[in-house]
Amino acid sequence: MGAVEVLTDPSSLYEADYVGNVDVSDTDMMQYVRNALASVKTGESDRYDDLVRALQIKNVSDPDAGAQLEIVLKALSSSVACIDVIHHRKLLSSIFGMSLWDHKPYIMDALVGLLISLAVSSGKYLDSCLNMLISNFLPPSWVISKLAVANPRVVNKKTEVLSRVHEAFLKISLLFPLAPSRLFPMLAQRMPKINKKDHVIVMYVENLLKLENSVIGQVGGRMILMMVMERLRDLDLEIGWDDIPQDDSSRGMFDMELEDAAEATMDEGDELPVGSLNQDTSISDCLDKLMIKSFDHLESCQNAGRLDQVFENLFESFENFILNTYKSKVSQFLLFFACSLDPENCGVKFASKLLDIFLSSNKPRPTRQSVATLILLCLKKFRLVDECADYCRTCNNDIRPEAHQIFYSGCQAIMYVLCFRMRSILDVPRFRSQLIPLESILMHKLNPLMVCLPSVVAEFLRQAKTGGLFIVSGSYIFEDLLESELSRAFGGCERLDTFFPFDPCMLKESNRFALFQTLALFCFAVLE
Amino acid sequence: MEGLKVSDAELIVYIHPSKCGNEVQAIYRELSSLLFQYDETFDGVLLGYDFTVESKQAKILAGLTPYFGVRVNAKLLLFDPKPNNFVEGKIVKLSAESIHVVVLGVSAAVITDIDIREEFKYKMRDGEGCFVSRSHKRHVLKIGTMLRLQVESFDQEVMHIAGSLVPANTGCVKWLEKQSREALHMDRDDHKRRKIA
Repeated sequence: MGAVEVLTDPSSLYEADYVGNVDVSDTDMMQYVRNALASVKTGESDRYDDLVRALQIKNVSDPDAGAQLEIVLKALSSSVACIDVIHHRKLLSSIFGMSLWDHKPYIMDALVGLLISLAVSSGKYLDSCLNMLISNFLPPSWVISKLAVANPRVVNKKTEVLSRVHEAFLKISLLFPLAPSRLFPMLAQRMPKINKKDHVIVMYVENLLKLENSVIGQVGGRMILMMVMERLRDLDLEIGWDDIPQDDSSRGMFDMELEDAAEATMDEGDELPVGSLNQDTSISDCLDKLMIKSFDHLESCQNAGRLDQVFENLFESFENFILNTYKSKVSQFLLFFACSLDPENCGVKFASKLLDIFLSSNKPRPTRQSVATLILLCLKKFRLVDECADYCRTCNNDIRPEAHQIFYSGCQAIMYVLCFRMRSILDVPRFRSQLIPLESILMHKLNPLMVCLPSVVAEFLRQAKTGGLFIVSGSYIFEDLLESELSRAFGGCERLDTFFPFDPCMLKESNRFALFQTLALFCFAVLE
Repeated sequence: MEGLKVSDAELIVYIHPSKCGNEVQAIYRELSSLLFQYDETFDGVLLGYDFTVESKQAKILAGLTPYFGVRVNAKLLLFDPKPNNFVEGKIVKLSAESIHVVVLGVSAAVITDIDIREEFKYKMRDGEGCFVSRSHKRHVLKIGTMLRLQVESFDQEVMHIAGSLVPANTGCVKWLEKQSREALHMDRDDHKRRKIA
């Protein structure tokens, strides 16, 4: 289309060759470019230099210059076979130096077209092309500041650029089946570090999740979720947890008998010690935004009916990154959210996978311990109670707490769940009868009540008393314990207080998703 | 189709001790990690494998402890097209300047206009681009056609083939086979006629 315009432009690089020629076809243009490319090998480089110069134009507000650039790009994409990696290094580097963000849509199209042809024309350019496309995930800095204030023109630009980038990935992988296997390591490598501005990380993750949603995600969704989960964990760990006073964190924690979940959400703002997290707001803000992006993504997966398949990958990344992490605070909510979206599939799958890990003897002990705190489904069948009762029967006389950590974790999980669901469980006689062994477990000489987290034990005992769980001949068995100060006998290197997945999500924005309700739904799902 | 071969290999697979008790799965995992990659010892890109474990004995190798080595007899399907081999693949994209083909579902091949013989002319038919032979109107290359091409070079790292349609026995596989069947028939007919005479 723009060939004629170029000819009317006095500075056109084609002028000398096409004077008087009114109708320049695309074929002629291609021939010209091919000749220019070939001429380098013979030592004559004038036309080639013109070509390179045309690509380096930054200011394309001038429509003529824009049209010229478009023509050059199109002609180049028809001549990729003539591009030589050694002779045309200058040309290649100026192509890879271009940014989609600098250009108008029609030039973007031409540039993306060139990148696709270049990538699939030979294995040599594939990596550079993919790399260049990835670098377009992130806008130049001036755009970032405008995106922050949601400038409509810039937001529009963002959709224009990113839709083209993603389309290019799809087209390349269609023509080049092994391209995704090169792409994923690059994506992992280019992932912004956690000290980058939150917009940068959020935008990058947004793109990753978009890629996960596409056909490419079916091949490498696992790796993408791993990357996202890893970054979530890193951010998670950056937020200090130790700064939150122990008393405070246990204060608001148990006010959530499920029926009151909605209320709890409402007044949770006053109760949570959010203030103490504010020491580094930028990181928690960033984590917050990432969580929301991930929630949105899971929701879109659910709407598309592929949550089931995504959940497999999600669990794997959870097992790899979160399960063994000391004091992860927020990331595990991703799993709970997925479970709450689809309790029948994901919820059940989650619980049974956790149970598998807990019962498998060749997983490392810390993993099984973390899992124990998560196992809720076991309570459904009350197998955890039975397991612990069996353990009490079979354990030898060794009563050092360190030797029985998994047992203690199991006990703590039981108590924790009962803190939330005491009333509803006790209302069902069948469940109540299944809880009978619990008493002997708690009375056992291993003395779990002394070892488990004091806040959990205290709340459990309080609930048990009101619920009348352990009333024997009129008196409450653990009366004295309830009154006494529970010491943290399990000192030193213990981990019972570390992975505490049901502590309220501490982030402000993510509560938009009413995480309390999420959690409530999750509990319902597994306890049904 | 050339460039494919099946090799018998005797391998020792090193397995991490945490995988003992589940060795077969561990072997699968190890061998799968080699898939679609060029391996010099195999002299080709591994496309598939099948294996049997001969003996239950495994040995802990000095210097590699605590890994243990399991002896495995494997059949490997390897892909290593050499220049001038003929391979077949499906056309996925076609333009006046190039034809893009996917061979065996994993390897990308491209034929640029320089390597497409003069016989083929680019035309638009029903809004779709295709290459039509000038001498045989029935010989058409379009998206979805199985194409036989000659290998010019093979980039083992990314499994990329630069192909050529210059030799006369390249083009649409279906058409070429029909041609050769007809040629065979003609030969036989000639033979018969000669006999009768």
